[in-house]
Amino acid sequence: MSNNKNEKVLEIKDVHAKIGNKEILKGLSLDLEPGKVHAIMGPNGAGKSTLSKTIVGHYDVEMSGGDIIYKGKSIKDWEPEERALEGIFLSFQHPVEIPGVNNAYFLRTAVNAKRKHEGKEELNAAEFLREMKKYLELLGMKSDMISRSLNEGFSGGEKKRNEILQMMMLEPDVIILDEIDSGLDIDALRAVSEGINRMKDGKRSFLVITHYSRILDYIEPDYIHVLKDGKVIKTAGPELVAQLEEHGYDAIEE
Amino acid sequence: MAQEEIDKAVSGEYTLGFEIDVETDVVPPGLNDDVIRFISKKKEEPEWMTELRLKAYHKWLKMEEPHWAHLHYDPIDYNSISYYAAPKTGGPESLDEVDPKILAAYEKLGISLEEQKQLAGVKVAVDAVVDSVSVKTTYQEELQKHGVIFCSISEAIRDYPELIQKYMFSVVPMTDNFFAALNSAVFTDGTFVYIPKGVRCPMELSTYFRINALNTGQFERTLIVADEGSYVSYNEGCSAPMRDENQLHAAVVELVAMKDAEIKYSTIQNWYPGDENGKGGIYNFVTKRGLCKGDNSKISWTQVETGSAITWKYPSCILKGDNSVGEFYSVAVTTLAQQADTGTKMIHLGKNTSSTIISKGISAMKGQNTYRGLVKVGANADGARNYSECDSLLIGDQCGAHTFPYLESKDTKGQIEHEATTSKISDEQLFYLRQRCINEEDAVSMIVHGFCKEVFSQLPMEYAVEAKALLELTLEGSVG
Repeated sequence: MSNNKNEKVLEIKDVHAKIGNKEILKGLSLDLEPGKVHAIMGPNGAGKSTLSKTIVGHYDVEMSGGDIIYKGKSIKDWEPEERALEGIFLSFQHPVEIPGVNNAYFLRTAVNAKRKHEGKEELNAAEFLREMKKYLELLGMKSDMISRSLNEGFSGGEKKRNEILQMMMLEPDVIILDEIDSGLDIDALRAVSEGINRMKDGKRSFLVITHYSRILDYIEPDYIHVLKDGKVIKTAGPELVAQLEEHGYDAIEE
Repeated sequence: MAQEEIDKAVSGEYTLGFEIDVETDVVPPGLNDDVIRFISKKKEEPEWMTELRLKAYHKWLKMEEPHWAHLHYDPIDYNSISYYAAPKTGGPESLDEVDPKILAAYEKLGISLEEQKQLAGVKVAVDAVVDSVSVKTTYQEELQKHGVIFCSISEAIRDYPELIQKYMFSVVPMTDNFFAALNSAVFTDGTFVYIPKGVRCPMELSTYFRINALNTGQFERTLIVADEGSYVSYNEGCSAPMRDENQLHAAVVELVAMKDAEIKYSTIQNWYPGDENGKGGIYNFVTKRGLCKGDNSKISWTQVETGSAITWKYPSCILKGDNSVGEFYSVAVTTLAQQADTGTKMIHLGKNTSSTIISKGISAMKGQNTYRGLVKVGANADGARNYSECDSLLIGDQCGAHTFPYLESKDTKGQIEHEATTSKISDEQLFYLRQRCINEEDAVSMIVHGFCKEVFSQLPMEYAVEAKALLELTLEGSVG
């Protein structure tokens, strides 16, 4: 990985983080390069989801040391919405259901909040719907997604596609995908991966958090980082995937 | 998330707490036969009405204030309240005679008494009541063309005594309960509506109540009669100035729906709630009941309750006609130190009657919210059906939600379904929205609106907008 400072969009520096009283991240360091796909792999309990929560400023996480630098600025004290407005997006492992909140209304509010933050004109309802329909079709989603309540009663696949829909419409700069492939059948996996691949523009960075290597057949990673016991213990190129499949995480030496 | 932030988010300022500076005629505090005669005389009532009032008063004297509700408040001193207050310029014939200060006050409330100006482009006839007197009823002439009577109850007692004698006390008897009896003795104004046979009321009817004078109670009485095959949608709103002492509001509403008639009654209640320590605010003890008298009749109550220090209110339906339908849709918000004990009674007497209860309670800060509902199925109510859904939403951890559903069924063939949920605005929901660029205040508002959606969708469009705005004011305020 390059050490040139200008080529890092997100720098996670020696981060220690607790959930409750338990220290989960124990001095984790990781740099994301613009335009690259970084895959984080590791056994259960290694701290993969805590890492994603720490980056987006989830309430559950208390950072007890280290820093997170995004586009040259420390964001560790920023509110969650500030991080989102500045372009950090998390696709949740388990998207929460919010009854009665119309999916399109929610997404338009989100998109317009971001556009306003960027000094762009807000989209009116008609403009927004036109955009939304375009992406619904692309992701193979039914048009009733416009009127249904946010994630309420969605199947696992529908929830994940809805996350990708939001990602595409919010046009973030750093995209964290937390177990995006869990609970997806092959068609959904294809649609979701296609959506993600369309977002690659040479500038956007991806952090793909996954337990299995399956998703990496669809989204080609540039780097593989192995996370174990709250630290990155190895960083390598995509060839590491095959090795991990064959020998498991235990075979990785620090 | 820090508790103060949530509290800040849910302690919206009461923006309607201004006082109208007009001279008022006020009777000295206290209640006795003379005060009742005085009120009756001020209203130029016939002797029979005076006698009914006195009868109610004497019965009330022997009754006890009920204390079964899940409410805590200091004893009410009924002799410290003034039972009549009227703006000195009250009782105008046209808008020109209404005190400009009152007009200005209604403008401030967002209610236009000028007929040319229409709420959101829709014609709404308004009856405005300040303290004890109806100050202005709009669109009377146009309504008269359709035979619709829409006037203050005082006028109705003078002008339509046969209708009043037939229907007043027919749904809520004089001695139905302590507060209804008090109201029957001292009611000062309110609205009377009569929709003749086969008439669909051509516009929304609306009454706006405002308690203004100091140390007064407001005791309005509303009576709506929908004759065979008629339809009316009626809305009431209310507000009061901010005062340190508690003010009593004890209203009675009676609805009668004849064969094939439908009454839709919507309330947006925003009396002053008092402060976060429970100081001041309106004590709201209200009896509302509808009688589905004829076959295929329908009565629907929709209420959005955001105000009052104490709310004690159970809009109910007596489903007497076969195939009659009763509905209750409610959003009750308690924040600051507010307490609400509210719900409904659905009394199934006729065959194939059906009722729906959708109750949404929202509690924040130190608010206490109780749903109390009764579904009663009589012995002859074959095929009665009820669906009840009572959901509570808690914001923060100092508030409370309580649900007391009662079921009494004498008919084994009836079908009663009850669902109840209590949920907390979860940190996960809030976080999800914030991760999607939506700030905390907007996120709380979005979750709460979603929770209330089923009820808001029952309100006429322009009132739904008002209700949403009101909810935002009550629950949001100043996160930033």
